Amino acid sequence: MSADLLENAGRRDFLRKSALAGGGLILGSYLNTAYSAANLVAKPSSLAEQEAFRPNAFIRIAPSGAVTLISKQPEIGQGIKTSLPMIIAEELEVNWKDVLIIQGDLDPAYGSQNAGGSRSTPTNYEEFHRLGATARTMLVEAAARIWVLPAAELIARDGAVHHPATGRKLGYGQLVATAADLPVPDGESVRLKSPENYKLLGTRIGGVDNPAIVTGKPLFGIDVQLPGLLYAVYEKSPAFGGKVVSANLDEIRSLPGVRDAFIIEGGTDLKGLLPGVAIVANSTWEAFSARKHLKVVWDEGKVAAESWTGFAARAQELSRQPGAEVLRNDGDAKAVLEKADKTVEAAYSYPFISHASIEPQNCIAWYKDGAIEIWAPTQNPEAGQKIVSQTLGIPKDRITLHITRSGGGFGRRLIPDYIIEAAAIAQRVAAPVKLTWTREDDLRHDQYRAGGFHFLRGGLDGKGTLIAWHNHFVTFAHKTIVDGKPSLEPGSGANLSGDEFPGRWVENCLLEQTPLECGIPMGPWRAPRSNVLAWVFHSFIDELAHAAGRDPLEFRLEILGDKGFLLGTGKQGIPYDVDRMKHVLRHVAEKAEWGKKTFPRGQGQGIAFHFSHRGYIAQVAEVTVSREGKLKVDRVVVSTDIGAQIVNLSGAENQVQGSVVDGLGALMFQELNIDKGRIVQSNFGDYPMIRIDDAPTRVDVHFLKTNHPVTGLGEPALPPLAPAVCNAIFAATGIRVRQLPLLRTDLSWS
Amino acid sequence: MSKYTLNVNGEPRTVNVAPDTPLLWVLRDHLNLVGAKFGCGIGQCGACTVHIDGVPTRACLTPVSSIGKNRITTIEGLAPNGGHPLQQAWQELDVPQCGYCQAGQIMTAAALLKKNPHPSDQDIDAALAGNLCRCGTYLRIRAGIHRAAEIAGKESA
Repeated sequence: MSADLLENAGRRDFLRKSALAGGGLILGSYLNTAYSAANLVAKPSSLAEQEAFRPNAFIRIAPSGAVTLISKQPEIGQGIKTSLPMIIAEELEVNWKDVLIIQGDLDPAYGSQNAGGSRSTPTNYEEFHRLGATARTMLVEAAARIWVLPAAELIARDGAVHHPATGRKLGYGQLVATAADLPVPDGESVRLKSPENYKLLGTRIGGVDNPAIVTGKPLFGIDVQLPGLLYAVYEKSPAFGGKVVSANLDEIRSLPGVRDAFIIEGGTDLKGLLPGVAIVANSTWEAFSARKHLKVVWDEGKVAAESWTGFAARAQELSRQPGAEVLRNDGDAKAVLEKADKTVEAAYSYPFISHASIEPQNCIAWYKDGAIEIWAPTQNPEAGQKIVSQTLGIPKDRITLHITRSGGGFGRRLIPDYIIEAAAIAQRVAAPVKLTWTREDDLRHDQYRAGGFHFLRGGLDGKGTLIAWHNHFVTFAHKTIVDGKPSLEPGSGANLSGDEFPGRWVENCLLEQTPLECGIPMGPWRAPRSNVLAWVFHSFIDELAHAAGRDPLEFRLEILGDKGFLLGTGKQGIPYDVDRMKHVLRHVAEKAEWGKKTFPRGQGQGIAFHFSHRGYIAQVAEVTVSREGKLKVDRVVVSTDIGAQIVNLSGAENQVQGSVVDGLGALMFQELNIDKGRIVQSNFGDYPMIRIDDAPTRVDVHFLKTNHPVTGLGEPALPPLAPAVCNAIFAATGIRVRQLPLLRTDLSWS
Repeated sequence: MSKYTLNVNGEPRTVNVAPDTPLLWVLRDHLNLVGAKFGCGIGQCGACTVHIDGVPTRACLTPVSSIGKNRITTIEGLAPNGGHPLQQAWQELDVPQCGYCQAGQIMTAAALLKKNPHPSDQDIDAALAGNLCRCGTYLRIRAGIHRAAEIAGKESA
């Protein structure tokens, strides 16, 4: 279909189709008020909308009684599209089965829509209670006016207001007209439900998109179809950030189904629009097929000299020198280590790994008359809009961004590189364009979890108490400008806080960090930093416990000590409630019968804990290692303190079990090699991921309800898994794993 | 370009595409059946799994020219109204997280249940090892298949 025909297809038809495809465009076009408790009345755009009761941007109740709730956060598999609306429904007193949930577009009316850092729940929990309670308060008040009764005599229940004394009731739909004329009360003044009266929160609710998922309905970014859609691929330099010198564009343009091929100059920001060659075709396969004939001459630059073996050798050299930066220096670690009764020294390392979200990066963009409309599977729609505006010079108010469901995120989709690529291509094409990355693109142009090298020494006194800790962390860094001066800064997710456990616990503690310059893109990977730091530190603590002849649990409890609540220090400070950690640690030990079971050789238990993303998590892993060295995780017990309330028990348990499996997969298999400034691996054939036959047999999940704010669960259950498993492997075999992934260590024993 | 008339979910569907076009892209780009997903393009992840004459097949590696009159069943045509025991069980146990791989998981599991109505965990692991779930829902996939076996048992009783 030509662009002309597209124009004729009509905006209305386009809107309807795009909404069906999961875009939710219709909503974004009218929900445009500021997100504030005082003024939340959105502007209606049609008669049906005018008749609906809309106390805020998230709730719509039609005269029929139909309740529609907007999910503002991107859904990436973390379950937020179900859990946040559950909070509104709870306070609104409507039956969950009667509620329709719609994904909101990017819209300032909703406040932040960034689904990262396990923040969606903690930053919205209280507010979403107030949104629901505000609407309920207004509906009750409407009934009070209709019946001329005091509101205090009425109760809201099951989508209706009841007057128990007389048995009368009015459905919410019957109250819409009256409620719509009432002033919106201050959200701070409305009465919230008491948790013991919750009917929905804490129960098991299936994902709202499950019916569509199991029947194959369009939901994801890659599923979006538009009339006249064209299909694009984008080839970038295999060595990171390389520039295009030339390409055989004329040949490519002559291939079947190809509409255009062109070079995009791009810039140098590894998280932005990089140089490359775009091919636009009539179908995905024609674009993929044409790409096989593409010949590009690249100027790869100095990154082409980078390799993992080079980095590893350089890290060894650097480890023998004083660290470039001292992150923490308590007591006198070096002197105490000299005279300690026992010292343990070990080097730990881990590779770069990919997010490998199962839906490859993709994005649809449609540029028309200086405006652009985007459909993106993104965790961070604001960043997508911002980079398109900055790079292409399109004002933000001319950028519409529809958030689709994402086939996994894990932090990858916080970076909008694929969005700006689609937009830059679309700007040169008179039709909507879908950019699809191949798996190879996805693996070779990720924002990677950085590798790293830790050189550790620990000292024990005569009683086996940990008295000194020295870590020299050699980490990957990018050259950047800080305060106008060139500086080497650890990449995203590659930094260490001086507060990271056991940073504030060991009396003599020296933490040093040395940056290793590289040109490799780095980004947040599920539980950034924590996903490897927990493995390094809890493995080494285990080494120390065994060297001291102490029980690994009791050794850890002694280190945690009686410090109570610790405030964070410095710019990356981490507040830490020691009692909460001891609580989950003791709990997991009890549930796993720690120290009470005897195991034959080849089987064992390991324990670890970690605090991240406001969550306190401890885990015990039980493993079997065959004589041939084959690992099977028999059971993982997880104790979790993420505050006073689990929103959706089913989703929460799924997140914890998924974190355990994900952590195990990264531990066992994931590794990228770097050579000549590029990723060596290409696809799941040479980059194996965990499969069902390596998944644990059992994962027991315990949520400890505590009197603390409700926090998120997308990330914090992942970090303790790897050390718990490696410590169990040691208990089973006496083999200590100091290098990731696991397949690099021979676990066979006799 | 060549014309192919395919038997998709019991209906004849005609497309005009290059002979080497994988079935996956015929379904997704030309027939607007997007339940089968693109994950790797090399048959390693299983997200594109469909049935060809009842056999679970990687649509990403199946050229349209190789299919002939064989019956293609996609997730959209697995059962009327999405009522297959696996589709019921998946919802009952809330198996999905992101959900992207689940159509492929269900198609592979459906073929397993046809051959083996009461599979053990080991049977499930062996049959489903070709289907990646990046979110790690494997424990619920195992439970979901057991539950579907139960539902199917009751339905046929």
